[in-house]
Amino acid sequence: MLIKRILLVTAALMTATAAHSETAVKIGVLTDMSGTYSDLAGPGSVWAANKAVKDFGAAAKGMKVEVISADHQNKGDIASGIARRWYDTENVNVVVDLVTSSTALAVNEVAKEKNKVALVSGAASSEITGGKCNANTLHWTYDTYSLANGTGNAIVKTGGDSWFFVTADYAFGQALERDTSAVVTANGGKVLGSVKHPFPAQDFSSYLLQAQGSGAKIIGLANAGADTTNAIKQASEFGIVQAGQNLAGLLVFITDVHALGLKTAQGLIFTEAWYWDMNDANRAFAKEYAAANNGKYPTMVHAGVYSSVMHYLKAVEALKSAGDGGAIVAKMKEMPTEDALFGKGSVREDGRKIHDMYLFEVKKPDESKAPWDYYKLRATIPAAEAWRPLAQSTCSLVKK
Amino acid sequence: MFELIGVTPQALFGQLLLGLINGSFYAMLSLGLAIIFGLLNIINFTHGAQYMMGAFVAWMLLKFLGLNYWWALILAPVIVGATGVLIERFLISRLYNLDHLYGLLLTFGLALIIQGVFRNQYGSSGLPYEIPEILQGGHNLGFMFLPNYRGWVVVFSLVVCIATWLVIEKTRLGAYLRAATENATLVGAFGVNVPRLITLTYGFGVGLAALAGVLAAPIYSVNPNMGADLIIVVFAVVVIGGMGSILGSILTGFGLGLVEGLTKVFYPEAAATVIFIIMVIVLLIKPAGLFGRTA
Repeated sequence: MLIKRILLVTAALMTATAAHSETAVKIGVLTDMSGTYSDLAGPGSVWAANKAVKDFGAAAKGMKVEVISADHQNKGDIASGIARRWYDTENVNVVVDLVTSSTALAVNEVAKEKNKVALVSGAASSEITGGKCNANTLHWTYDTYSLANGTGNAIVKTGGDSWFFVTADYAFGQALERDTSAVVTANGGKVLGSVKHPFPAQDFSSYLLQAQGSGAKIIGLANAGADTTNAIKQASEFGIVQAGQNLAGLLVFITDVHALGLKTAQGLIFTEAWYWDMNDANRAFAKEYAAANNGKYPTMVHAGVYSSVMHYLKAVEALKSAGDGGAIVAKMKEMPTEDALFGKGSVREDGRKIHDMYLFEVKKPDESKAPWDYYKLRATIPAAEAWRPLAQSTCSLVKK
Repeated sequence: MFELIGVTPQALFGQLLLGLINGSFYAMLSLGLAIIFGLLNIINFTHGAQYMMGAFVAWMLLKFLGLNYWWALILAPVIVGATGVLIERFLISRLYNLDHLYGLLLTFGLALIIQGVFRNQYGSSGLPYEIPEILQGGHNLGFMFLPNYRGWVVVFSLVVCIATWLVIEKTRLGAYLRAATENATLVGAFGVNVPRLITLTYGFGVGLAALAGVLAAPIYSVNPNMGADLIIVVFAVVVIGGMGSILGSILTGFGLGLVEGLTKVFYPEAAATVIFIIMVIVLLIKPAGLFGRTA
């Protein structure tokens, strides 16, 4: 019995020393695995995180990286529960993706409390690097400010100066409406009103009818995923566009365009951070992604997960430890970013990842030459103009 | 008067009409549930998944066989109904001697499995399905623009609901069905094949769900979660109408659609909860539901 125990202890000690000689990192992909956002994030984000680990070449660099995942069901309380368990008992160092703003805003608090790391790719609220910012959280792919700034600006400048919002009634929708309203009024436009719908919703006809009644030139859809596609589909059914009003999808992913079909989606203008058909590196990533994901193509969220995990691993490599979350995030802000999908960029002191944004227009059915050939580029919004200026920041990390 | 409540008559009538359209989906789905509960005493939690299957079968018929909406309207309920028959024969029929809870768990589990399989195969963002050509466009009614397709949905589902009600209340087959609901052993003793009656009833209820799914396919995106979102509301409709009451489920379906439509005008944030508030009130005042008989 005693011998057995001694043997066990020795074995345990040996494994412990073996593990110590290489840096162990555990990445938790916390995302919507089954709900309305599971195509634009979900299992694809898990794939992207694994792909980043592979491309980084962790094993060759003496790092042992493990990727796990869980479904937060788009609920803040479930997300913070899982994050707490991961950080506390399962040795997870970093939580990535966090689609849905309510989950991101819940988990960034937990990351701060435990001094771990949260890398947000899927969520949009600009609060993550605004009033709710902290030294353990980075916001990677896009945010409501950059969407509003890109799409709102472009539309107001081409004459769409009166707006009515159809808004998803939670943190994200409210942030998107607020940021877009600010852009509209700053450019001399008017906001005539808004209606908030429960999340998720199926039937938008009532809200669209109210939008129609407002007489606004532009109906801004401050929602995402199936909510946006249902709203666009039903707007075309109710003849809203034919009657002279225009729709602005404030957050549209390529999976939404695919769900709508080009016939319904053509002509939509929106802002995104990444599109698969822009250069060879993106195309190669997309091809590999499609082969592994039932032929679906990656969204900007997947690309963001890849890019953020890559940069995180570089910082861990530089520090030779994944233990101190605050130190890693500081390192990530200090190092310039560079990866195959987003090119060169940087991370700002408020936690905002900085890169170019793009204004896309959905192609007409006869312009599309191949499956998933959906966008044409209207304009590139340079990194310097795409994001909220630090001077306007309410983040406590910004020294003024 | 309209100025007093701050809503123009145009907006109000428009919303009432939209409420009626949504109500027709509630009515068709809750009708199927009520029939199944009435005869089988099974709370069919798979109903939402079967509604979703109806929409998917319509999409598959078009994509793989080139069969259009009108074919789907006939074939999808038959195909999905047939899967319902298999489910009843091989799974549900084994649970009749057990507590209600087992049926509920079985059908709930089945719903999760079916939705998971579809999600795995087709993703969650949905598939496009066009409105049939002759129902495209719409009419300006003065107070709102009514898409032809929505008008068709209301008329068609009203016809289906009334026809189902007539079959159950006025025909011999319906009489057997109602008798079997009261006392299956006695009806069996008169030479009626009760197990087959039960199987076909379940298949019919499921077919109704699939039919609602086909109707919904051109309006909502065809996606694996479309039923899961709706089924909870439909259950509330059935509970408010009175479990197992055929007429109750039809009237409550349309009625609650209207109430929901009005809520979307006056306080849209509560649109998702108003039906449950009504459910709570009805259960407190009349536990058997508005049209239910107290056991």
